[in-house]
Amino acid sequence: MAKIAYYPGCSGLGTSVEYDSSTRAVCRALQVDLVDVEDWSCCGSSPAHTVNHVLSAALSARNLAQVEGMGLDQVATPCPSCLTNLRTAAHKMAHQDFRDQVNALLDIPCRTNVETKSVLQVFDEQVDPQLILSKVVNPLTGIKIACYYGCIMNRPPVLMRFDDHENPMAMDRLMCALGAEVLPFPLKVECCGASYGIPRGDIVARLSGKLLDAARRLGADCLVTACPLCQMNLDLRQGQINRALGENFQMPVFYYTQLMGYALGLDRTELGLNKLCVDPHRVLGKIKQPVPVK
Amino acid sequence: MQTFDLTTADQDFIAEVESRSHQNLKTCYQCGNCTAGCPYTFAYDYSVSQIMRLIQAGQKEAVLQSRSLWLCGSCQSCTTRCPNLIDVALVMDVCRHMAREAGYATERAVKVFVDSFLKSVERHGRAYEMGLMVAYMTRSGRIFTDVDLAPTALMRGKLPFKPHPVQGREQVARIFERFRQGGING
Ligand code: SF4
Ligand code: SF4
Repeated sequence: MAKIAYYPGCSGLGTSVEYDSSTRAVCRALQVDLVDVEDWSCCGSSPAHTVNHVLSAALSARNLAQVEGMGLDQVATPCPSCLTNLRTAAHKMAHQDFRDQVNALLDIPCRTNVETKSVLQVFDEQVDPQLILSKVVNPLTGIKIACYYGCIMNRPPVLMRFDDHENPMAMDRLMCALGAEVLPFPLKVECCGASYGIPRGDIVARLSGKLLDAARRLGADCLVTACPLCQMNLDLRQGQINRALGENFQMPVFYYTQLMGYALGLDRTELGLNKLCVDPHRVLGKIKQPVPVK
Repeated sequence: MQTFDLTTADQDFIAEVESRSHQNLKTCYQCGNCTAGCPYTFAYDYSVSQIMRLIQAGQKEAVLQSRSLWLCGSCQSCTTRCPNLIDVALVMDVCRHMAREAGYATERAVKVFVDSFLKSVERHGRAYEMGLMVAYMTRSGRIFTDVDLAPTALMRGKLPFKPHPVQGREQVARIFERFRQGGING
């Protein structure tokens, strides 16, 4: 496979280190050749686009220009928020006026001939399913999981152009192939409360609480996510949610790459399972006949 | 029920929202699909379809002072489900820009959070979560926000004490500088 630029996103250095390290480990195992975007900077995340679209696009486009400088035409990111920002920037910059405004803010102009994809999309479209199956040493047999995609990985469809926008299946298919029992989670694309955890914790408690409740009622052992913000709201804030709603959720919330790595028998430290706030070991213990990992 | 005087429609406001969002707002026929799917309606003062109607009716002050603008999570549900293909989330974003430019901040904590975040990016080139938390607490005066989470996050090595250096930090700072000089509406 051709080299793909890799944009980790700021949370990959902090609250989602285990997403970053497990993503890298799984890519290595599946021969997806990632090269870090040289000297990448913040894409602007959601705050920038709520202030101004030219500013937001410029913060993203600086990174697209870095990728162009590396001579690559594809960049993959694990984070749906980064994905949205990078794709939105390129999409809007197709209009000359907008592109000129953005480039006027940049040292190095961006030509927008780089396509941004999620790492999940790369797995789905560019990795042979047979290769994945051949590498499974620790099938996830015996656990029931709910796959939660978050609100922006597939929406709006005109911009994201990947999977179904009401009922995405890419993660379901992967988890199924790894042996897990995947439940039909009805809230796959509902919002978790986004970045309002700090200024309006009540909103996150209500929206993430709804997701945890739906997963529990479905009989899920755990939730599986593809977004650092969703994962943080559901996992790190699960105690706050319990206090706010008088609940007692104890639902482990994995990154899908952690479970992939687990099934592929990859180095546990890279999977960062001990970084999760809600202890996942009881659920992992349900996996039938675990094969000891070197 | 709240009533609005439709003879006071601010035509310039309608035109500005239309031109900045590139959306044809007249096609909204108030089906309510956007509101039905909006997870934030419980926290809004006006639902998203009400905001659409208020814009059509040129009720500039009511729109720009709405708390809903600051609370919209940009989840894209409304945009994805509008039968008339209006990019409703974009309209919300544009109104939020206009509210900010007009000096409104009816959900002050949200504005302080956004400002703290962008300051952190301007300074470090990347969002630095630890610094952001401290800056937010200082500016908002909400000292106890999320202090309960810090030990958990620290114990798991998730909040580095120092920002990671970005060599192109100055390039990022210049993006902000030029933006402020340019007075860009976008
Ligand atoms: S879904 Fe579209 S047409 Fe229906 S009320 Fe909302 S904006 Fe108007
Ligand atoms: S984008 Fe905003 S207004 Fe639209 S459904 Fe989501 S939260 Fe509601």
